[in-house]
Amino acid sequence: MGVVIIGAGQAGVQVAQSLRQEGFEDSIALLGEELDLPYMRPPLSKGFIADGNAAKISLKPEGFYAKSNIEFLRNTKVVSIDRTEQIVVALDGRQFPYDHLVLATGSRNAAPPVENLDLDGVVFLRTLQDAIKIRERLDHVQNAIVIGGGFIGLEFAGMARKRGIRVTIVEAMSRIMARAVTQETSERVAQTHQQNGVRILTDRYASAILGEDRVSGVALSDGTVIAGDLVLVAAGVKPNSELALDAGLHVSNGIEVDEQFLTSDASISALGDCCCFPEPTSNSRTRLESVQAATDQARAIARRLCGRPEPYQALPWFWSDQGDQKLQIAGLFTGADSVEVLERDTGGTTIFCFAGDNLIAVETINSPGDHMAARKLLSKPRGTTKSALSSVQYAMRDLL
Amino acid sequence: MTKIAFVTAGGSKTEVPAQDGDSLMQVALEHGIEEITAECGGAMMCSTCHVYIDDAWFAKVGAAPEEELDLLGFASCEVRDNSRLSCQVKVSSELDGMVVHLPESQV
Repeated sequence: MGVVIIGAGQAGVQVAQSLRQEGFEDSIALLGEELDLPYMRPPLSKGFIADGNAAKISLKPEGFYAKSNIEFLRNTKVVSIDRTEQIVVALDGRQFPYDHLVLATGSRNAAPPVENLDLDGVVFLRTLQDAIKIRERLDHVQNAIVIGGGFIGLEFAGMARKRGIRVTIVEAMSRIMARAVTQETSERVAQTHQQNGVRILTDRYASAILGEDRVSGVALSDGTVIAGDLVLVAAGVKPNSELALDAGLHVSNGIEVDEQFLTSDASISALGDCCCFPEPTSNSRTRLESVQAATDQARAIARRLCGRPEPYQALPWFWSDQGDQKLQIAGLFTGADSVEVLERDTGGTTIFCFAGDNLIAVETINSPGDHMAARKLLSKPRGTTKSALSSVQYAMRDLL
Repeated sequence: MTKIAFVTAGGSKTEVPAQDGDSLMQVALEHGIEEITAECGGAMMCSTCHVYIDDAWFAKVGAAPEEELDLLGFASCEVRDNSRLSCQVKVSSELDGMVVHLPESQV
């Protein structure tokens, strides 16, 4: 029987690969809904919009799956899990029995509560096919409107500006990336986008999408109307936890798992975008949407399934390329009550986030060396204090 | 076409064709060289595509610039003078026949 993995994104593929690397010998079935070979999602809103080269973003070459004895099945949508019989059922009726099941179902784009989301010219970006369609349209777009000032919307805005497209971002909160970064980083990134000609409208949301056959603009909550021939809806994601919920597993903000990434059924694990887990560095239950979480959690699950469990202690980290800015985040800033901003001689910026005296996160803009040093510093079991950093003038390397 | 040979820590050698202009990391991923993890996909965000350029070829490739060295400092295996992040090394016909050594682990 062996392991069945639902979801062939970064998390699912990494579980399969890590299982083989750890010496797992039973069967592995990797079930993906999409038609394409598994690919990296981060480039879709970054380099792929520029170069359109799909071959370059495959996670593995086509031959990898057969060579690794991984049964990869594309176009396979799972509709139910029978936990008593330990069988997964696909839409077309195929059944996959499992000894252990891994849920790597990912997330999907959230749809804001407005009408006309199905108008021609209103686009969502999640899959490779979405990105291909958006690329094809961009040659004919003059005014793009982005609903949502998060990573994806801002990355798209940076790419669109490089193609000469006018871009307006509409953000409901008072600042861009409010959930993901500190005010200090928001402001700096917003300023650079604005200098590049991106218009950023905060504190208002899209109340209606306008147009007859195709989109013509967006009406905002403050009464203004902006014209546009492309609307990208990038207003966050929702975890794909319905399969788990229908199967009677515990679900809250995603599929609930323990520190070993086991769900409320000991024969089922979950990881990546779809899971809510006890995050060790912040001591909070959270759900992370990142390559780092997907791959580190995958390795943890693979080691456990091979009889070598280890405590999960991975530090969360993220990155985003926006225009010419490389934004990197180490740690989770939620709970920070003070920050220290350092402008580096190299032109980069490093923002230290503290909860009390403890360093909990470091955000960097165009300062990759600081990012890596921060990751190492934040991974130290006993932590780092503001006073220690201040005693070395924030030269993190001196504390490593 | 340019050919690149990857040699694992255990000594097994795989020679693969490489498109000029691609990075060594892309070449490795496209040919299923599993010793290259390349977690960030070439965004220079991690240090999981670490390689050692064979001494005979190192002069042509050159040493890692400072920004890359910062990242290499976090590689899981020993960093040597000939260490590079394979995402930062571009293939060209000049490198035809190059031998690249793979570290034992990347994470």
